[in-house]
Amino acid sequence: MTAASKSNIERAEAVPAPNAVMAVVAPAVGWLIPGAGHLLQKRWTRGLLLMVSVVAMFALGLLMEGKLYSPNTGDILDVLGFIGDVGAGALYIVSKALDAGTGNIARATADYGTKYLIVAGLLNIISAVDAYHIAIGKKP
Amino acid sequence: MTPLHLSHFTAALLFAIFASVVFGITQRNTPRDMVRYGAYCFTLFIVGVIGAGWAMWLLRH
Repeated sequence: MTAASKSNIERAEAVPAPNAVMAVVAPAVGWLIPGAGHLLQKRWTRGLLLMVSVVAMFALGLLMEGKLYSPNTGDILDVLGFIGDVGAGALYIVSKALDAGTGNIARATADYGTKYLIVAGLLNIISAVDAYHIAIGKKP
Repeated sequence: MTPLHLSHFTAALLFAIFASVVFGITQRNTPRDMVRYGAYCFTLFIVGVIGAGWAMWLLRH
């Protein structure tokens, strides 16, 4: 056996076996609570950093008077904004329930806030996909 | 809730920090590569912001 193939076998053994339940639960929980998909799989540092980044970005968006989009306004750009916003999971649901994120067209910083809210959701979707990749053993 | 008023640069800086952290963690496999890629993304964000700022200044003058 060559050194290279031996190294490949060792690497394959180091990667945990795919977990079918976790492959569904981790991205779902990760979407609902930012970073939780990683925390569930004991990736503590990564999970906490993702959680802090997404939650801070979402909170700053709200503090800057950003606008949270609704699903059925009939405008295609609003639908795209909604898709981005809803990526933040529970943050979006709770904020909408509390009637936060009404926006303020009179201020330029409110427009920055709207972008923060959308990007926080999109980054959370990337995090949830990453949690899925960890669960199926594609990533350590 | 008191509204937060950030300057354009501060908003872009915070955006770059958070986005770079997520990109670094999700797009690379080892901790070392994650840090390097996150720093690379952050640098590109900041260079892009400053470059775009100077480009707008040149267009105006």
